Amino acid sequence: MKKLSARRRHPLAAVVVLLLALAATGGLYAAFAPAGTAKADETAQSLAIEEGKKLYSVGCASCHGTGGQGTTDGPSLVGVGSASVDFQVGTGRMPAQQPGAQVPKKKVIYSQAEIDQLAAYVASLGSGPITPTEGQYDTAGANIGRGGELFRNNCAQCHNFTGEGGALTYGKYAPSLEGVSPKHLYEAMQTGPQNMPSFPDTTMPEKEKKDIIAYVQAVNSDKADNPGGLKLGGLGPVSEGLFAWIFGLGALIAVAIWVAAHTAKAKKS
Amino acid sequence: MSTVTDTKKAPAGERVADWADGRLGIYSLAKANMRKIFPDHWSFMLGEICLYSFLIIILTGVYLTMFFHPSMNEVEYVGPYVPLQGQLMSEAFNSTMHISFEVRGGLLIRQIHHWAALIFLAGMFVHMMRVFFTGAFRKPREINWLFGFLLFFLGMFTGFTGYSLPDDLLSGTGVRFMQGAILSVPVVGTYLSMFLFGGEFPGGDFVARFYSAHVLLLPGIMLGLVVAHLILVFFHKHTQFAGPGRTNNNVVGMPLLPVYMAKAGGFFFLVFGVIAVISAIASINPIWALGPYRPDQVSTGAQPDWYMGFAEGLIRVMPGWEINLWGHTLVLGVMIPLAIFPAVLGAIAVYPFIESWITGDKREHHIAQRPRNAPTRTAFGVAWITAYFIMLVGGGNDLWATHFHLSINAITWFVRIFFFVGPVLAFIATKRICLGLQRRDKDKVLHGRESGIIKRLPHGEFVEVHEPLSQGELHRLTAHEQYDAAELPPAVDENGVERKIGRMEKLRVKLNKGYYGDDSQVAKPTVEEYKEIQSGHGHH
Repeated sequence: MKKLSARRRHPLAAVVVLLLALAATGGLYAAFAPAGTAKADETAQSLAIEEGKKLYSVGCASCHGTGGQGTTDGPSLVGVGSASVDFQVGTGRMPAQQPGAQVPKKKVIYSQAEIDQLAAYVASLGSGPITPTEGQYDTAGANIGRGGELFRNNCAQCHNFTGEGGALTYGKYAPSLEGVSPKHLYEAMQTGPQNMPSFPDTTMPEKEKKDIIAYVQAVNSDKADNPGGLKLGGLGPVSEGLFAWIFGLGALIAVAIWVAAHTAKAKKS
Repeated sequence: MSTVTDTKKAPAGERVADWADGRLGIYSLAKANMRKIFPDHWSFMLGEICLYSFLIIILTGVYLTMFFHPSMNEVEYVGPYVPLQGQLMSEAFNSTMHISFEVRGGLLIRQIHHWAALIFLAGMFVHMMRVFFTGAFRKPREINWLFGFLLFFLGMFTGFTGYSLPDDLLSGTGVRFMQGAILSVPVVGTYLSMFLFGGEFPGGDFVARFYSAHVLLLPGIMLGLVVAHLILVFFHKHTQFAGPGRTNNNVVGMPLLPVYMAKAGGFFFLVFGVIAVISAIASINPIWALGPYRPDQVSTGAQPDWYMGFAEGLIRVMPGWEINLWGHTLVLGVMIPLAIFPAVLGAIAVYPFIESWITGDKREHHIAQRPRNAPTRTAFGVAWITAYFIMLVGGGNDLWATHFHLSINAITWFVRIFFFVGPVLAFIATKRICLGLQRRDKDKVLHGRESGIIKRLPHGEFVEVHEPLSQGELHRLTAHEQYDAAELPPAVDENGVERKIGRMEKLRVKLNKGYYGDDSQVAKPTVEEYKEIQSGHGHH
């Protein structure tokens, strides 16, 4: 330490300290700065944005404006994030076919690569929810029971007990969750598309989203088992009542007609 | 039969019968009743569907009581159904899960019980309509009509209490609905609710209370009513449709033994079979998918079983009006539907008495009418059904919206308007159709049946050959009697004194004219008309 203290009055000491401080700041910044843009392949990212912008100009700009600023026909896309794009375009809702109470899901017309490019472009307009990675929506080890409870607390009001969907006011509706991929379920919760409220991580942590996804997968997918037989749309007493009237009472009346038609007759001689 | 001088021993069966006859008097009973005649018509078997599904409900219900715990103690689910594991639930829900997943045959029995209940109620509805439209409620059967109506009414509440027992999220919402309706009763609503639930909703009592109502009180009353209903059917004898040899004083058909016993017994098993097949292929009230009830949770698409859908519709379409008076709130949005509900049901219940008052007919009627021959009654019945089913649409307005891509608000407005307009339109249309059918019958009687054979006459005209009806068919189409419209007596009697005619009598005559005036029935063909047309041979 003697050497260091002896030279502290050296004319260049200030320069050395300054250099060290700069190096430390830069180093710390490099270590702790948000990885996203800094780490990614700079050229690939800007290429994706470039391509996305082209796709955007063709498919989206007529309603959302040339710079995503929004028009009277479509909302602004600044700050909606890549997750919104991935959900809306990935489920075929966007580009919309026509204005209406709600934009329905339909055939997906962009490839996943194109959707990613569009998402990159829209994300570049302003920060928003980022497309989740597989680790975020992977349901391995999720608590299905807890997911069911959360679902009934937060989702069932609109989507029905097992996510069969339901009606909202003036022609709007909560769609059925049957066959919706875990990624899209996650993104819907994250971004709150159309009439749905959003459930950001601050109100519903990632773990709970996983539980909910696991529950939906367990009760409303190809893997779901229906121990009672045909689930009749999972819509409850209305479809059960229709079934009882048409197939229950209908069959019994048919049987009654058959029995009445076969009566004991006096032998003809 | 069994005299001491008999040396030969009678066959075993006869000895058993003799033994029973000595104690129960079965021979005279059997002699009187074994040859009891029942007429044959498929629509007379609708009541049997109800009876058999009621028996099936009782049988399966007994099985379910062996495993169901009517308790609201909270337990954690540890059963085999993964999506509910670790959830807290009442013992009622837990034991229903146990019945569904662990008790042998439990789920099937549960589903038979529930499907049979829906079919029982639907069967009663159709049976009631059959009796209504054929005028089979007329004297002497008015009391039996009321018994039947009470069975339907009690069946609704037995069904509702049963639907509530598993304490699942769907039925809990239904119970909450009911509690809301009770709360809307002015002045005493709160007290009634507290009394029924033993405190604040949901409390820890209602499952046990509903349970005793569901398995003891209501089915006990219903069983008594069923027995009374059947005794009266037996006593009055069954109605029959008009036909050759059938009069108001006889019954043409098959004897109870052996034909009807065999048919009825076989039909019981057919009903059981159909319900069992339905229960084996289609799930009903899948409580595992619904989850346990918690007052802080609710799902969309929460409807009651169909027989309460009418009440659900009334609540759903009623505007949420309320009045605040001196610090008290009158919830008209719930109270008015609560009043309309019994009023609509009651309208059909008291109808037989209204009709007999209007007609002034105090005779017995054992010949069932064809609906077309009582156009005003038929029109009223169809109007009633229209109102009922429009409210069912209102009760399922959300599913109509999602499945037909409509706005739920538009459906609600449709139901609001058509609850009033629909029955009027249905009444007018039905009456016109009935009159048209009466004209058709008259035409058929007078001119015969269209044969489809086209004949060309020598001068080139084409005519269709009409075939005369058989005697039996002629009788069937003209057997109904037609009332003459009532008239008020002259305003002054023969002594020139002004008659006093009560306001009710004036109303009765007015209604009677509506029923039997010239616009409300087509005079049936007379013998003279028939002979005249038939003698003008070869014209057709």
